[in-house]
Amino acid sequence: MATPSIDSMGAPAPQVAVQEKKHRTLSDRGLVNLFIWPTLIILIAFNVFPLLYSLFLSFTDYSAIIVAAPEWVGFENFGRVLASEKLWESFSITGRYVFLSVGLELVLGFGLALLLREQFRGSGFVTTLILIPMMLSPVIVGLFWKLMYNPSFGYLNYLIGFSNPATAPDWLASRWAGEPMPGLALWAVVIVDAWMWTPFMALLIYSGLKAIPDYLYEAAVIDRASSWFQFRRITLPQVMPLLLIAVLFRTIEAFSKSFDLIMGMTGGGPAGQTEVLPIRIYQQAFLGQFQTGRSSAFAYMVLILVIAISSLYIRSLNKAKEG
Amino acid sequence: MSSFEETGPSTPVTESIRVDKVKPQARLGKRVRAILVIIVAIVLLVPVAVMLMTAFKSRSDVVAIPPKVIFEPTLEGLVFLLTERSQLSGEALEEAKANADDLGLFERVALDNGQRINGPSDFLRRLRNSIIIAFGATFASVTLGLFAAYGFSRFEVPGANDLLFFILSGRMLPAVVVTIPIFLMYRQLGLYDTHLGMILVYTVFNLSLTVWLLKGFIDEIPKEYEEAALVDGYTRFQAFYKIVVPQAATGIAATTVFSLIFVWNEYAFALMLTSEDARTAPPAIATMLGRGGIEWSAIAAGTLAFLIPVLIVIFAMRRHLLRGVTFGAIRQ
Repeated sequence: MATPSIDSMGAPAPQVAVQEKKHRTLSDRGLVNLFIWPTLIILIAFNVFPLLYSLFLSFTDYSAIIVAAPEWVGFENFGRVLASEKLWESFSITGRYVFLSVGLELVLGFGLALLLREQFRGSGFVTTLILIPMMLSPVIVGLFWKLMYNPSFGYLNYLIGFSNPATAPDWLASRWAGEPMPGLALWAVVIVDAWMWTPFMALLIYSGLKAIPDYLYEAAVIDRASSWFQFRRITLPQVMPLLLIAVLFRTIEAFSKSFDLIMGMTGGGPAGQTEVLPIRIYQQAFLGQFQTGRSSAFAYMVLILVIAISSLYIRSLNKAKEG
Repeated sequence: MSSFEETGPSTPVTESIRVDKVKPQARLGKRVRAILVIIVAIVLLVPVAVMLMTAFKSRSDVVAIPPKVIFEPTLEGLVFLLTERSQLSGEALEEAKANADDLGLFERVALDNGQRINGPSDFLRRLRNSIIIAFGATFASVTLGLFAAYGFSRFEVPGANDLLFFILSGRMLPAVVVTIPIFLMYRQLGLYDTHLGMILVYTVFNLSLTVWLLKGFIDEIPKEYEEAALVDGYTRFQAFYKIVVPQAATGIAATTVFSLIFVWNEYAFALMLTSEDARTAPPAIATMLGRGGIEWSAIAAGTLAFLIPVLIVIFAMRRHLLRGVTFGAIRQ
């Protein structure tokens, strides 16, 4: 681990230095291993091993609350999961949730970023303030918004102008003035997600905007380019890499963190209208019959999807770092 | 586009003046934008303000229709959150009221609701669990992460990009996906519902954050410092902890804080891997809703207890905030 004989170096003649360097890199190898392997081992023990284990379980009929040993059932679990109508419903809910929240955050975030471009006294303070929601615990945010959305004593309806509870929307029950309005609960969840994460999106885009060299705009002004042209041909392409990172990052996060937020707000209800994939897996694996085998199969399908999005994300991250 | 020949060379000069000097019209735009930003900030903070208010509302004020903005602040929420109480009636209530002068603040608040405090609530234990687990996991993940980050930053590690991706990928999976096998594993090993088990899970969960973040910070420290130290006779390890660690102190502090917040806020793992002994505050606050009457003010008070440390951190760390959230991808 320690590098020996550096003390003997005295005045390093070039040749000696080369030799020493060779020596040092060799023991450096040991040091690197010592530094990196503890992390890798713990990750393998807690990420790779469990995933292999659940791959095995996904081919069995195992249930965590039944003493019987897991019995091999082949692809039955996968077949059943794929055949279940609720799965596709859950997929589409998740898709809509992610698409709507990331889309909303992107549009609002871009607008906010353009506003933030103007520095003013105290703008640093204001930008810090708007980041508060994103640092809160999503489940607690969810709980909290449940109170905001409450049809009788919640603030939201009053703030947006519905002062009579009888004609106001009951967001989390997907009802509007007593009439069922499917999709309202999903929108309610999307709004909270956007509340938490729009400032994040804005700040990311803003840091991209800041990096655009002024001379590009100066040149455009000299050429008498319209501001729309400037936006389309300079601003947009220049922030594109960062935009992509932001969108992919939020897509992944919306996907995995939706669990906390939605559990806090609706628990998947009403009637499964906000039952995103992680919640569905949770219910299968940890509630009722503890269908461990089948939920493992289910989890694996989601896993593949997330890995696909993640690798896109990492690729764009690396590209942005090089460029 | 207008060509140069048409307009002559004089036009670009006036145009460039427009770029450099702000016209009154532009200044007005600037003010409008600033006002808009402030309005957005206020709108975004309304729910936080509502939460603060609710934490100090009495039970009846919370459910008042229409919602009250002006109300008499009480500590009811806090008392409900932190204590177990029993209802007093008839004589016992009269007697307690007669002796009200000797009571402490919390007891008096409880008495106003006709209740007697029997002892501290479970929530204090949950909070203690949260603190133990957050600090334990943060210490472990920052220490391990610091070593690994240094290794990745300073040396040619074969397949470094793949390994770094592997480290990050664990973080991106929905917690529920990895938790099923970990749950079974923990049951076998006796780690289910233990502090150690939760510390281990969160250490792993946070390693991706600490490695990536710290690698970024260490990358920014010039290699020359260590090289000079090596020439002076330091060993690599000495150079690491005498030169690199102090230089990276800000980065380490920022990473520590982010790791603490992530664990502090985490819900899914805690929900699935604990039940009683090691249960942390977020799932405990969430289940408070289920039990009996919904005590919104208690929930708001619990949220407030959660919010304050986070607020302090946000302001202390605001320069590193974006970096922390994006795993070091974005340097603000």
